[in-house]
Amino acid sequence: MSSRFPRRAGFAALALLALVACEREQRELRTPPSGAATVPTIRVGGIVPGPAGALPDSIPTGPAAEDRTSPYEENAYAISEGKRLYSWMNCIGCHGEGGGAIGPALMDQTWIYGGSPANIYATIVEGRPNGMPSFGGRLTDDDVWKLVAYVRSMSAQPSKAARPGRNDDMQTKKSEQRELRKATNESASPDGTRPQ
Amino acid sequence: MIRRLGEVAFAVLAAACGGAPQSPLNPAGAEAREVLTLGAIYTALAVLTYVLVNTVLVLGLRRRRRTVLPEVPEVAPAEEDERRLGRKVRNAAIVTALILAVYVGATWAVEAHVTSSPSTRPITIQVTGRQWWWEMRYQDSVPSQTFITANELHVPVGRPVVMLLQSEDVIHSFWVPALNGKKDLVPGKTNRVVFTPREAGTFRGQCAEFCGFQHAHMAFDVVVESQDAYDAWVAAQRTPAPPPDDSLAARGQQVFLSKACPTCHAIQGARAFGSRGPDLTHVASRQSLAAGTLPNTRGHLAGWIVDPGRQKPGTRMPPNPMSGEELEALLAYLEGLK
Amino acid sequence: MSAPALTQRDLLELKRTWDTPRGFWGWVSSVDHKVVAIRYVVTAFVFFLLAGALALLMRIQLAGPENHFLSPDLYNQFFTTHGTTMMFLFAVPVMEAVGLYMVPLLIGTRNVAFPRLNNFGYWVYLMGGVLMFAGLFSNTGPDTGWFSYVPLAGPEFSPGKRVDVWAQMITFTEIAALVSAVEIIATVFKQRAPGMTFRRLPLFVWAMVITSFMVIFAMPVVATASQMLAMDRLIDTQFFNPAEGGSAILWQHLFWFFGHPEVYIIFIPALGMISAILPAMVRRPVFGHRALVISMIAVGFLSFALWAHHMFATGLPEGANMLFALTSGAIAVPTGIQIFCWIATIWSGRPRFQVPFLYVLAFFFLFIIGGMTGLLLAAVPVDLQVTDTYFLPAHIHYVLIGGAVFPLLGAITFWFPKATGRLLDERLGRWSFWLLFIGVNLTFFPMHVSALLGMPRRVYTYLPGLGWTLPNALSTLGSMVIAVALLVLLVNVARSLAAGQVAGDDPWHADSLEWTIPSPAPSYNYAVIPVVEGIAPAWERSESSPYVTGLSTTVREVLLTSVEDVEPESRHEQPGPTIWPFVAAMATTGLIYGLIFTVWAVPIGAVFVTIGLIGWAWPRRGHSPDEFAEHVAAITVEGA
Repeated sequence: MSSRFPRRAGFAALALLALVACEREQRELRTPPSGAATVPTIRVGGIVPGPAGALPDSIPTGPAAEDRTSPYEENAYAISEGKRLYSWMNCIGCHGEGGGAIGPALMDQTWIYGGSPANIYATIVEGRPNGMPSFGGRLTDDDVWKLVAYVRSMSAQPSKAARPGRNDDMQTKKSEQRELRKATNESASPDGTRPQ
Repeated sequence: MIRRLGEVAFAVLAAACGGAPQSPLNPAGAEAREVLTLGAIYTALAVLTYVLVNTVLVLGLRRRRRTVLPEVPEVAPAEEDERRLGRKVRNAAIVTALILAVYVGATWAVEAHVTSSPSTRPITIQVTGRQWWWEMRYQDSVPSQTFITANELHVPVGRPVVMLLQSEDVIHSFWVPALNGKKDLVPGKTNRVVFTPREAGTFRGQCAEFCGFQHAHMAFDVVVESQDAYDAWVAAQRTPAPPPDDSLAARGQQVFLSKACPTCHAIQGARAFGSRGPDLTHVASRQSLAAGTLPNTRGHLAGWIVDPGRQKPGTRMPPNPMSGEELEALLAYLEGLK
Repeated sequence: MSAPALTQRDLLELKRTWDTPRGFWGWVSSVDHKVVAIRYVVTAFVFFLLAGALALLMRIQLAGPENHFLSPDLYNQFFTTHGTTMMFLFAVPVMEAVGLYMVPLLIGTRNVAFPRLNNFGYWVYLMGGVLMFAGLFSNTGPDTGWFSYVPLAGPEFSPGKRVDVWAQMITFTEIAALVSAVEIIATVFKQRAPGMTFRRLPLFVWAMVITSFMVIFAMPVVATASQMLAMDRLIDTQFFNPAEGGSAILWQHLFWFFGHPEVYIIFIPALGMISAILPAMVRRPVFGHRALVISMIAVGFLSFALWAHHMFATGLPEGANMLFALTSGAIAVPTGIQIFCWIATIWSGRPRFQVPFLYVLAFFFLFIIGGMTGLLLAAVPVDLQVTDTYFLPAHIHYVLIGGAVFPLLGAITFWFPKATGRLLDERLGRWSFWLLFIGVNLTFFPMHVSALLGMPRRVYTYLPGLGWTLPNALSTLGSMVIAVALLVLLVNVARSLAAGQVAGDDPWHADSLEWTIPSPAPSYNYAVIPVVEGIAPAWERSESSPYVTGLSTTVREVLLTSVEDVEPESRHEQPGPTIWPFVAAMATTGLIYGLIFTVWAVPIGAVFVTIGLIGWAWPRRGHSPDEFAEHVAAITVEGA
């Protein structure tokens, strides 16, 4: 009985599985005590980012936004932690469960300040005019990236397997996992005003 | 008589355990004592049964060893012998059933007794379990007299305590072995456990239902003290934190309020109203930090604040890097929160 | 026992008809119950060793306080995988497998009732195990405990696919267990040798029949529950969400309604194994055959009435607690009766201290400890102090290792010659027995102590200064001893397979039917079907004992007998080796693997499963009614 074929096939399958599953299932339990989230220097259209006036000295400026990649785009644990942080940091207060309230909706296709991970990171860290606070000094880098991943999952950007299921709460919307992918309107309109 | 024997037994055991703070063999409450007595009797019965059954087995093994051993098996053993054996087995079965009937009856009696509602007016404490710490909310008929603390219980000797158990997330289990058996904190329902402390001392409780990464480090302290000491403690807990008394502590309060701390923590009397993490109004008066994981010393507090993930990987508290000056000030402030 | 009515040529023809074809695909498509059962046993032991390795790693982590050998994440995956593998991938399948091997031999028939289904069941089981370990090795190992309580295992608190891997693995093992159960019940009811009434049915066969009925009632519950969990996680159902009318406790009820019978599904076959080994070892039939049968049935029934003793701490109404305390205590009576009957057997017999008997004796010294701690756990207030502490691992390992693994190893030693034609080495057997006995006690007894000093279970580490360090260190040492014991056992098996002492038909001078055929058992089991006249056929048969003639040597046929009187009824043609069960199993595998990620796996997978089933069921040439009548008439019983 030739048993080499099944064994080889088995190893190949396992190797493939390892590659596919690793990223989604990683649980980073210890985040290094990195500095508070650094503020990138990016400009989007004519809008001046962040609070009026100089940035506090203790917040250093970091590398350009384009260089920032999300470490957690496809990580299920991080997206789930982002969902928890969304509630704990009271994002619900302005953005609702993603449908928007006094703040814009986050689960739709419209991104005023861009929908790429780097853009969303900058929005959270710097704050935005008309009420979006700057969380730069209040959240670590790591936590901001988790929130970024979660916000993107509300419009189904990461793959389905990484997105969270429903919470054990009263249900107000479909879980992120069941959302259909929405195309992102990554850039703002040319004059920086809100699209109609 | 049985009760006295039981008392002697667990006095011996307690001595043997060297006053272990988290052991059901070292009971300090009325319910835990009853349960230990019952458990000790059952254990003695179990040991007796084991020895008896296995002695009969060993005797049976030795019985016909010396006879000549032909290979021919006894295909049809003698009827009279079989009947005699049958009677013995039947009698053993009947004795077993009778002992078990008494066993179950005694179980029912003790269980009914330890779960009965307290006769005198109890202290009611609502415990909410979260991953991975305990919020304790002391109830009072006057709403302004209720107060919140975390990871530490104080109760007076002799008065029954009713714990109302709730959970914010997953199933946890409230267990103070010295005082009573455990009860789960199940989301969506409120469970109840009653205990009546009889001895003063400091005991330890620990979560006893697997609840995630840091289930191993979800403990709490229980201080049983005299009525006077308890009243003093309650009065102190009801008072909000006073304003900081020196400039370093004032700077520390400033650090506390400007960093991420108020997002999750509350300090009554300062402008911090977070409810996601333990209430810190009287944090300096507690015996331990991080849900019974670390002793409450300056060094441990500093390490916990700056890098909680080192002690409890997976914890919800993020790292809080800060300069040495900020940390000094913050520690001075927190140490004043007695 | 020779086959007086068959010539040498007939025997060769029979062998050609029944042998598994050579080559890889022949092996894959085999419908010989012995080939499938050996596959099951070997696979189950591979899982046993993998789960044991995980346990060893966990014990290293727990050897001292605040160790950093395993992260909490890895530890959680390890203890979950250890428990799940041991319960679902080792304990139940191995008992079923020994049943699938021995039951046809014990009742005098040539194969199980549904040979292709048997083959299918194995492949489904294997792929479930592969899923489990592929998960573990790709960081997707389940990590919420082998009973996976919600809400921790629910969608909010267990992100990713780990728990989905667990939930679907359950589906595989549940299908395989149901397949085995159906096989055993159908085979035992319809294919016994003439004269083997239920009163003469060997106790191991009784045990397997009772277990099979329990599987049929218990397994679907856990399969349903795991799919409910999978649906909560995948498609937003609310079964276990208290905020929307669901209940977290519902999961526990559903799981334990299965979970408690599950441990008896593991335990009852072991009871049957003890009864199978004893007669040969003490030279007399087991005392109290009827009492043992009734006790096993009572245990089987009662086991469905105990489940909430796992939930005493969850806040059920006090009346419920009292009821389950009663039933949990009550099950000690039929268990005790069996122990008393065996002791009576040993008392009035003439024991021979060979290795299988040593394993049986160890049962009394180990299982009774577990049984006594079990009674302590049945007492509600005592339970509330010791449940969810290390008292539980101590209890379950004493009852499962003492009550199931030791009898299993005894049975394997006992039946090894029948399966392979060689005996296991007696000296190595004694070494592995004593090492295992000592190792088990050294590992699990100190757990009672750490529990009574307050150590909860499922903790990846513990603080110093609580008195838990010494018991844990001893347990770790004991686990090393167990590892050595198992190594010696493996060496014994390997050496004996290669060059062990040739066994002959009946090395133990045992009483049951399988010892009347050659060792290793030929592919057709019985050249002529014997007629059974008593409870110990191997001891009672002689050259002039009756047998059945008329079964074909060129066509695969088994004899069907009536249920009550066990008179020959008809001849039943069985299918030969075929690849379709394997194809159907792979299609099923694809469906269930896909279900981890999307519900579309169901309609798409169903297409492939249907194709597999169509190929399987494609009609073959059958017999006309006249031919059938002719066949029935040709069966005779000679020499009665």
